[in-house]
Order: sequence, then structure tokens, then C-alpha cells
Amino acid sequence: MSEEFKVEIKPENLVYQKPALTTDATMHYCPGCSHGTVHSLIAEVIEEMGIQDSTIGVSPVGCSVFAYNYIDIDWAEAAHGRACALATAMKRLNPGKMVFTYQGDGDLAAIGTGETIHACNRGENIAIIFINNAIYGMTGGQMAPTTLVGMKTATTPEGRRVDLHGYPFKIAEMLTHLDGVSYITRQSVNNPVNVRRAKKAIRKGFEKAMAGKGTSFIEIVATCNSGWKLSPVEANRWMEEHMHPVYPLGDLKDI
Amino acid sequence: MAKIKGTIVVDTERCKGCSVCVAACPSEVLALHRSVNSKGYNFSYMENPDACIGCANCAIVCPDSCITVYRQKFDTAPVR
Amino acid sequence: MEEVRLMKGNEVLAEAAIRCGCDGYFGYPITPQSEVLETLMELKPWETTGMVVLQAESEIAAINMLYGGAATGKRVMTSSSSPGISLMSEGLSYLAGAELPCVVVNVQRGGPGLGTIQPSQSDYFQATKAPGHGGFRMIVLAPFSVQEMHDFVGLAFDLAFKYRTPVMILSDGVIGQMMEKVVLGPQQPRWTDEYIAETCMDWALTGKKGRGRNIVTSVDLDPNSHERFNLKLQAKYRNIEENEVRYETVRTDDAEYLLVAYGSAARIGEKVVEMAREEGYRLGLLRPVTLYPFPTGPIEVLSRQVKGILALEMSAGQLIEDVKLASQCRVPAYHYGRTGGVVPSPGEVYEAFKAHFPK
Repeated sequence: MSEEFKVEIKPENLVYQKPALTTDATMHYCPGCSHGTVHSLIAEVIEEMGIQDSTIGVSPVGCSVFAYNYIDIDWAEAAHGRACALATAMKRLNPGKMVFTYQGDGDLAAIGTGETIHACNRGENIAIIFINNAIYGMTGGQMAPTTLVGMKTATTPEGRRVDLHGYPFKIAEMLTHLDGVSYITRQSVNNPVNVRRAKKAIRKGFEKAMAGKGTSFIEIVATCNSGWKLSPVEANRWMEEHMHPVYPLGDLKDI
Repeated sequence: MAKIKGTIVVDTERCKGCSVCVAACPSEVLALHRSVNSKGYNFSYMENPDACIGCANCAIVCPDSCITVYRQKFDTAPVR
Repeated sequence: MEEVRLMKGNEVLAEAAIRCGCDGYFGYPITPQSEVLETLMELKPWETTGMVVLQAESEIAAINMLYGGAATGKRVMTSSSSPGISLMSEGLSYLAGAELPCVVVNVQRGGPGLGTIQPSQSDYFQATKAPGHGGFRMIVLAPFSVQEMHDFVGLAFDLAFKYRTPVMILSDGVIGQMMEKVVLGPQQPRWTDEYIAETCMDWALTGKKGRGRNIVTSVDLDPNSHERFNLKLQAKYRNIEENEVRYETVRTDDAEYLLVAYGSAARIGEKVVEMAREEGYRLGLLRPVTLYPFPTGPIEVLSRQVKGILALEMSAGQLIEDVKLASQCRVPAYHYGRTGGVVPSPGEVYEAFKAHFPK
């Protein structure tokens, strides 16, 4: 850097730093994984809302099983798919607390579909963060309910076939029909603009849950570059080209 | 004329060299270093620091929260 | 003043839950215990004590609601019947693995599969040996009267929090559907949030105000540290086995023969003892009140005194295995039972007893 314009490293000049609620633990996620970015956004939102002492997170089974290691709040780790059942009881028994779940596509849209739908239908005052990367990351890249048609995975080596496996599960669209849900949005964290939008959406979802407006459902279309066998940057590009047309971004419901 | 300049500090040990920040930088400041950290990752660094505008795009897309961003406004043209 | 009422076992569970300060009940209808949820919905405790009552979408959801509620230090409870308890197996394992307290009632019916809706005791193995995967134990209380259906709810919560473990009340369709006189306990206040935050500070998710964060989990990728955790659990179980064995005896002082039965079978057993005594058999009854921990010691002692043992249960022979282990096969021990929802008569049990132990 030219000496003339050397930016001084001092607090007044600070623009961005690791959220205070993000712990120092090194995340176990693969390089470039979207989970870390979303974790940061959640940490920032909780921090900015000043609710770190009254927030309970529920982590799933899947890659984000250890989400509790990375955001410095109280956490429970749920059985596979059951996060929304845990969150239901947590919130009903502790109405003053902010309760949110953090779930992947296998957890939320396969084994936990029932719990998700019923929590939404009851209008539980919780926020659901749904990471949709169209694959089972933790178990080694098998087909998820949200896997795209033709997409190769460990259990669809020649690509997902509709006649064998049915269609990509658009659970966010499905949930729009439930009266208990007040906010459904689909976001992505593939570029800075979308990261900022996703943060706003998470904040809105948390605020609605705290205001007792019913369930908020924030889907984040995400990458799994290891599962997709692409570099992180290529994975973002692939997601934009292939995932976003099937899972278009934006608000699906906001009442 | 006012000039906005930025700089970043990379937590090189935390960095996994995913290069998502490199792609997100609008000013082509960043690159992966030739050397590696203790985990064997080529960490991110400012290859072209003069171009940094402190927009923080790199930091907010970073999955591992490795990047701290500073920005400073220089009001007067420096005297040569 | 004592409050005495004539009530069904299932209704009493609901009444007792409210009175002992339960924070939340989460359940799914299944015969023969649906009256528990129905009674709670009628009593509307959310308007009085603030207790939450919720009809879940499944037993799987219900047990996981318990997991969530228990994780926040609340006193939570569910009830179901045999097939529904099977669905709760995974959740129970998570609760045990995360060392969370909760109360689960099983009003047993005949199995396997959908089976019958009549009373049975065929879930003894499931309750006492393997309520779920992973080698955990659960305290199991076996009520034999409507009064005990009442009393054991509070006791179960006390034990659940004392040991931070799931506790099961293993009842059956007889006790659940039967009406009896019951003395109701006074209304206890629910624990306040402040009390929970203070007493459950080292584990409950009450928000990390004033402390480091708490994490409720059962996962650990390091086998060595997970073995240490398992050893800690086992130490807890040994502690429970040493301190929480409960049982009752009827005329065992001079007994030459011993009948072992729990729950509704023990009621039949009491009659069998009377019949045998009338004909000169010195028969006594031991009724395990805790099925886990099992009254191994007392049965071992009695096995040195008697000539033979009959284990009576409404199953094809489950309790008998623990009886044989406890008596170390020192004397002949036989099983008598009926299955599929059939309740044996005292007469047929007595005949079976005489066939095994002729004069």
C-alpha cells in the first residue's frame, strides 16, 4: 500500500470484524461452506437485537450438528429431523425467549418434514433457518429431497431421475399454504449483496418470532462444494445457474 | 479531494483458502498466498493492497469470519 | 383438608401432573390412555398454574417436545401406550444421552404390533432393559392402584430431577381404566424461571445470562471421551440401584413359597395369596414397585427362605428372567402369564401354582 494512504488499524477505522458472538472455535465445515456465512449472520442478528442472553438455538443432525460450537448462546442438539418439536416446547414453556432452529435439507425436508409442517401449521413463534444445499453433506453426498433433477449424488450416480426419486421438494412453497406461518423467504449467501439480504431476512424472521406473529421460515439456498465436487467459487456459480432457477430467491409470504 | 481507502487483516490460521473472498472483491485486491498456514491452506492476503476500498465484501462472504476490515477517509491530497 | 375422589387411573395422572407443578404435557391420543390428554384439556391448567398442554402430531414429536422442554429445565411429561412408546424410543435415548429429566407414562396394551387395546405387561423388557438404543437405563415405577398413579407422578419428577434421567411410570390398561378412591395431593407451585435458572444453572437452557452458555447434546465424536461419559452414566445407574429400589411384600415373613408380580398382576397376586393361605400354603407376595432398579436383593434374601417362586405377569415371561437372576436359581422359579390383553383370574393362577408346587 502506498505510504500516503496507509489505513491505520485502529478501532475508529473498523468496518467489519468477526461477530462477537462467533466463538473462536475453528469451524469443522469444509472450506467455502455456506454454513459458516449463515452462522455469522445469525450471530450478528442476535448481537444487534441484544438477545444473546435470552436466545436458544436448536441444531440438527447433519453437517450443522455442531453449530452449537460456533455461536455463543444456549443450544440444544436435536434428534434427526426433530428440531421443530424441541423448539415448539422450548418456546411454549419459555415465551419470552427467542427460539430458532437451524436445519439442513435432509433434516428438515426429509426425516423432519412432519415436525416442520406441524410447527408451522400451529404457528409456533419460532424462526426456522433452513439450509438447502440439495445434498446430504455429513453422510457423504447422498440425494436430498431438494436434489435437482439430473443432479449426481452418491445415491443418484447417474443423476436424480424423476421416475425413481420424484421431484425436488419445494417445501418453502408448500408451507405458504399454512396459516400459522407469517414469513417465508428464500435467500442465498453466494455474493455480498445476497449476504446482506439474507441477514435482513434473518433479522425480520427473528423479530416476527419475538413479536408473536407466528412461524418464520428462512430458507438459504446454499452450496456444498465437497458434495457437489466443485471448488467453492465454482459451486457458487453452479448454484446461481442451476439452483436459483428451481429455488428462486425472494419473499414467498410476508403477512 | 477525499479518498476512501481500506485495508484488511486476515486471520491466516483460521483461513481455509476457499477463495470466496477473492471472488467477492470488486477491486481485485485479494489472492491466495503461495505459502500455507499450519493446516496446509493457502490463506487469503492482499496481493494488490492499494486497490482496497474497505467495502468489507470479502469479510461478509467469508464462511470462517477470518477477515477484519478497516477503512479511512483521506480528506486532503498528500504532499509529495 | 384431605381431598378424596373416585377417579380413573388415567384421569388421576392428569390431576396429579397439575398438582405437582408440572410445566408441560405433550401427548398424542392412543387407547387405553387418551383420558390423560382429554382430562388435561378439560381442566385447562394453563389458566390456573400456567402449565402448557399440547396435542402433538405424533408420539415422535411428543417425546422430542419433552426433550426441548426438559432442556430448558422445565418439568415435562407425556403419556402413551405400547405402540406409541415404541415410537418414543429414539427420543428417550436422546433424553438419556443428554441427561435430561422427564416423566413418561406407558399405559400398556397387548402387543406386538398394533396388538389389542386390552391390558398387558408385555413392555417390561422394553422399559427395563432397552427403552432405546445405546445402553441406557431409565427408572421404572409400576403403580398397582389409582392412588399410586397419583403418587408416582410427583415421585417420578423428583427422581427425574435428582438423577437427571427419564423416568417411566409403567402402568397398564387395568390401572389406567379402573376407578378407585384416591386422595389427591395439595397444589404445588410450579418452579419459577428464576428458581430453574439458579438450581439447574450448570445444564438448563435458560439463556446464558450471568453464566457461560449451556449446551444440551448427546453427540461426541471422540470414542474415549464418549466412553468416559458412558462410565459416568453407569456410575449414576449404580447409584440409582443402590438407593432407589422400592418394593412391597405381603405375608412373606413365614412364606414357604413366593409369588412375584407387579402392577395390576400384583392385585391378582394378592388374591392368590389369600386363596393359597386358606388351603394351607404359606404363600407370600413380593411386589416390585421399581422395576428398574429391580429389587434383586430382597428376592435374593427370600430365595433362601422359600421352596419355590412363581412370577406372575401379563406377558409370555419377562419378569421371570429378573426373578431367576435375583434368586440365582437357588429354588425352582416358574412363570405364569397371559398375553394379548387377557387378564388372568386368581383361580387360574392358583391352579398353575399348585401344579408347579403340589403339596
